[in-house]
Amino acid sequence: MEKALNYNYKVVKQFSIATIVWGVVGMAVGLLIAAQLAWPEMNFDIPWLSFGRLRPLHTNAVIFAFGGSALMATSYYVVQRTCQVRLFSDGLAAFTFWGWQLVIVLAAITLPMGYTRGKEYAELEWPIAILLAVVWVAYAVVFFGTLAKRKVAHIYVANWFYGAFIIAVALLHVVNGMAMPATLTKSYSAYSGVQDAMIQWWYGHNAVGFFLTAGFLGMMYYFIPKQAERPVYSYRLSIVHFWALIFTYMWAGPHHLHYTALPDWTQSLGMVFSLILLAPSWGGMINGMMTLSGAWHKLRTDPILKFLVVSLSFYGMATFEGPMMAIKTVNALSHYTDWGIAHVHSGALGWVGFITMGSMYYLIPRLVGKQQMWSVKMIELHFWMATIGIVMYIAAMWIAGVMQGLMWRAVNPDGTLTYAFVEVVKATYPYYVIRFFGGLLYLSGMLLMAFNTFKTMRYSFPVDTRITVPRTHPVAPVLVPAARIAADAEEAL
Amino acid sequence: MEALYLLIPISTVLVFLAIWVFVRASDSGQFDDMVGPAMRILLDDDSARPPETVVAESASDKVRTN
Repeated sequence: MEKALNYNYKVVKQFSIATIVWGVVGMAVGLLIAAQLAWPEMNFDIPWLSFGRLRPLHTNAVIFAFGGSALMATSYYVVQRTCQVRLFSDGLAAFTFWGWQLVIVLAAITLPMGYTRGKEYAELEWPIAILLAVVWVAYAVVFFGTLAKRKVAHIYVANWFYGAFIIAVALLHVVNGMAMPATLTKSYSAYSGVQDAMIQWWYGHNAVGFFLTAGFLGMMYYFIPKQAERPVYSYRLSIVHFWALIFTYMWAGPHHLHYTALPDWTQSLGMVFSLILLAPSWGGMINGMMTLSGAWHKLRTDPILKFLVVSLSFYGMATFEGPMMAIKTVNALSHYTDWGIAHVHSGALGWVGFITMGSMYYLIPRLVGKQQMWSVKMIELHFWMATIGIVMYIAAMWIAGVMQGLMWRAVNPDGTLTYAFVEVVKATYPYYVIRFFGGLLYLSGMLLMAFNTFKTMRYSFPVDTRITVPRTHPVAPVLVPAARIAADAEEAL
Repeated sequence: MEALYLLIPISTVLVFLAIWVFVRASDSGQFDDMVGPAMRILLDDDSARPPETVVAESASDKVRTN
């Protein structure tokens, strides 16, 4: 059979497996360092297992290995299905897979050894950073090449989000990665002092904005309508959502540097742009949620939809909390405390994790010729374990964060500090323990997912999915879903 | 703040680039139909083959393990 007539599911499947594997690894490392905060002897006096070295491994594994593989898997799937063509190049797509895995493995080796550029979320030393850039360019070529040869005139909104994410991450990585190598394993940033900090947080914030938001919004705009069997609530709003995010996101970085040597006006500008971001974020969140209008009853029985919809509520929560924390007076309390940890984990576990899990549960059976996952009950169980895990995690860190902020700023009438730092650490202990158990629950859910995936993929069938162009009668597309909505509504009654 | 001499131009150029892309896409009719595209992805049936064919095939073919 002619290859060009089929979709390339192979690379999608490879990245999907990588997503699950790195998800388990990244979260397990996270659990270990969470345990170290409660029980420091958990580093076993081995330097490679100490918190300072494993923490960047945890963040890199979860963001770039788990999140990155999920983004590549879904973007390759979505761009093929919505453009009705095979990927631009099978060879280059395979290169992105193996190249990306190599970057991850090198990170897993060098970070515990202590090789780092010392920039948060951009720790990888220069040879690996260059390799990453090369793989990224190949990814961009495959993605945009596929878009260019599309058979459908309209570019579906999810592709806009994926495309923006690919371009922005390339730019951020190159600008923040400017460094002078000293040896093979050591380089010095091209910028210094507060300049370096500003570049770093311009990168850091936009990495969150484009890697962890725009990319996953692409996922949201495809997999929620598909799983709910409903069109996006407002397609027009989704386009507005996209362009509004593009025009406002780039300017919010300084909110990571409140009350530092950064000029005051820059901090205020960053704060204002962060507040503006609330509008497009919530527009998108509501758009995704309302996609279920008329299909809410499906939430009762469909655990995949539960994952997808709850992820949106976490997206809404995190994008409300973020702008609030960017307000300077709030930031004075929240910065440097565990409130920040609560915030990133409601984003990472809630939004990124859940939208990925939901999308993977949708995708995996289709990649191996199955109707559904091996066990749907297990998806349901995973959902509840993960949800309870997140709630334990975030609530503990919220309380700990506010408590730390208040204790640090408490002053006696004579001007001395009320609490020594160690007293605050001691007061945080119970919350670290609760956080550990929340994380344990979340990781256990992920292990269930890995098992379920293994069972689904075992004895799988070779899938050569023919590219078929759907019916394009001008009236039918409007009538079919409308009729289906009516039928479902009756059924619900 | 020399860093801003780099970041502000980059971000500004990017905004203008985005405006250019938007106007071009808009002029070429990308945003003319705001209903059809949302429906279209639902018409694309990407579900795996129905269980009958899978069962029939697994009975006749050798079961492949991956």
